[in-house]
Amino acid sequence: MAAETALSRTPPAQAGEAGAGGRVRRTGPLTAYLFLLPYFVVFATFVLAPAVYGLWISLHDWDYLLPGKPFVGLDNYKALFDSNSAVYSFWWESLTATGIFTLFSVPLLLSIPLLLALLLNRSFKGRTFFRAVYFAPYVLGVAVIGVLWRFVLDPNLGVVNSVLGAIGLPGDTPWTTALPWAWVTLVGVTVWWTLGFNAVIYLAGLQDIPRELYEAARIDGGGKWAEFRHVTLPGLRPVLLFVTVNTVLVSANMFGQSYLITQGAPGTETRTAIMYIAQVGLSDYKMGSAAAMSYLLTACLLVISLIVFRLFKEKDS
Amino acid sequence: MNMHFTRRGLMGLGVGAGGAVLLGACGDSGPNDKVTGGGQNAAPAATAYTGPNVALAFWNGFTGGDGPFMKKLVDQFNTEHPNIKVSMNTYQWADYYQKTPAAVATGNGPDVGIMHVDHVSTNAARGVILPLEDLAKALNFKAEDFSPPVWNAGVYNNTRYSIPLDVHPLGFFYNKAVMEKAGLDPEKPPTNNDEYQAALESMKAKGIQGDWVTPFEFTGSMQFQSLLWQFGGNLFDDQGTKALFAEQPGVQALTWMTDHVKNGYSPKNVAQDADLVALRNGKNAFNWNGIWTINTLKEDKNLQWGVAPLPQIGSQKAAWAGSHQFVQFKQKAKDDNKLAAGKVFINWISQHSIEWARGGQVPARAEIRNGADFKALPEQSAIGSQIDDLHFLPPKPGIADVMATVVTSINEAVLGRKEPAKALSDGAAKANQLLEQNAKKYGS
Repeated sequence: MAAETALSRTPPAQAGEAGAGGRVRRTGPLTAYLFLLPYFVVFATFVLAPAVYGLWISLHDWDYLLPGKPFVGLDNYKALFDSNSAVYSFWWESLTATGIFTLFSVPLLLSIPLLLALLLNRSFKGRTFFRAVYFAPYVLGVAVIGVLWRFVLDPNLGVVNSVLGAIGLPGDTPWTTALPWAWVTLVGVTVWWTLGFNAVIYLAGLQDIPRELYEAARIDGGGKWAEFRHVTLPGLRPVLLFVTVNTVLVSANMFGQSYLITQGAPGTETRTAIMYIAQVGLSDYKMGSAAAMSYLLTACLLVISLIVFRLFKEKDS
Repeated sequence: MNMHFTRRGLMGLGVGAGGAVLLGACGDSGPNDKVTGGGQNAAPAATAYTGPNVALAFWNGFTGGDGPFMKKLVDQFNTEHPNIKVSMNTYQWADYYQKTPAAVATGNGPDVGIMHVDHVSTNAARGVILPLEDLAKALNFKAEDFSPPVWNAGVYNNTRYSIPLDVHPLGFFYNKAVMEKAGLDPEKPPTNNDEYQAALESMKAKGIQGDWVTPFEFTGSMQFQSLLWQFGGNLFDDQGTKALFAEQPGVQALTWMTDHVKNGYSPKNVAQDADLVALRNGKNAFNWNGIWTINTLKEDKNLQWGVAPLPQIGSQKAAWAGSHQFVQFKQKAKDDNKLAAGKVFINWISQHSIEWARGGQVPARAEIRNGADFKALPEQSAIGSQIDDLHFLPPKPGIADVMATVVTSINEAVLGRKEPAKALSDGAAKANQLLEQNAKKYGS
């Protein structure tokens, strides 16, 4: 703490002079690194080393309990592109499932929470209550919401279909067992579950936009839309970048909802990439192949993230 | 937010990879006797243990209503054996099968455990569990003391790795009230296909969809397997090198199921567990379900239900069954006292498995199954009477992974995404690829 205060209070040049003047130097060239070190150790142990080791695993036929871990070079990667291999169709089907889910959930998870945040940012009675209400589902674990919605949306016994049937709408929609309904369910449940998180981030961003800018906009005669377009959105840009990248990554890593609500059905069409990787690596013990898939998925996500960063940058210039 | 879970999912993978890092470090001392199991077990298998005090860790996946029954048995064992202290740990089965190999590899494995019969050969090949040949010999166990299919299912590469505790077959559950409503005799459940179809037809006439067909593994694929065997088919060849489930008997079996939907005996799009929930709610009459359902249905005080052996739809009797089997895990340093005490424990529980039957299982041991105590459990013994008609998977490492292709085929056909023959042949093609992969991996 002492070092921190010294850092923030004294400009570096003065600190140097003070050091020369015989006082104990509070900051040295290593200070920043020393502060970063503890985190780096954890990061290196639990992220960096396993990641590099995973790359090594992906070049082998790897079962950690079998003695022969034959080196197979890029075979695990090649198999993912070879339509005759055992993994090919499962892998691309699961990656497609992840893609579909991401494509539909991300726009909704970007826009609905933003509208919600704009609403919750106005001052009205019970505002705190509503903020809590919209955030509440996010507190629940995936097991809870998964089982809950599986029963609520049961095609034959669920309350949703029975209510729909009672008010004269079709009461036999296969919410969890057929396409495209399973996707509607998975995206809908995920939006309901997680919109509170993005809304809170947006809300924080909105509160950081200086009031004066809105006043200036009003003085210049801008309407509500102009305010949103020229003050709110630019003011939210850093937040928007974070929310976009984070939502894409989180959606692309979807696992629990499919696992619990549809179990990958129909067939294996809603089985996501992470579900398939987990099965191949952790229950079939084909860790080399699973590692290769993880790296391919990582590469895809890296490219997408770069594109997003690029888009936001272009807007900047 | 899905971040919660996906984080965990990712961390799971991370832990897997991280675990592998740690394991790599002690690769040489890890279990690595490929395809010969985890090495030597203690030489003489004793029926009584007289050595110094030992503590045994006993792991299993009895998270349901069965857990307390096993706990009671363990407590009783501890009281009767002052020099052996068994402590029981319970995990979800899915976690259990990931945890035990990792624990064994790091030298922290339990001493004794339970495995489903279709996991035994995989774990034997991966060197997780030890041969139990000597225990079987010392106690003079023979196939007839259990039941040949369940006894033989614990043998991998001509070596025994597990001792059966129980079998848990599929049974035919029926809701008596619904049957009565359709004018059927609730004491006479159908026993063959003619009676079955007639019953479905009379229920349909009363507007009841009487036999919900579930497209999911529990218990749709178990029903399929039972029917497949009844029609004279098989999942795989005896060597476990080729998938046979897409042949004519398989198509017949699956078509029998999908015809239920086509003919209006079952609604479309039955979700996981909805078939059983509907039976409990009085919407569904028939359900092919596991013996574990007995305890679930007993919780419904007002439910009028019964259970019978599976009706014979095909040309012969057959039923799907699972089996819990005892195994001993490989340890970093061999401790003969613990191994001997573990065997005493396995034998003792096996002898007292009537208590276990009360938890909703069929004891594997014939003397207990044929005893008056078991006969006094009407539901269990009804399902238990199928003991000679049960089938198990060929003892091939990785065979449980291949079963996923069967599950997918059933799902696609029952949900109407594919015709039965097409769904099965697609699944079989995948299964053959996986069998080939496994043969290469486990070197058989």
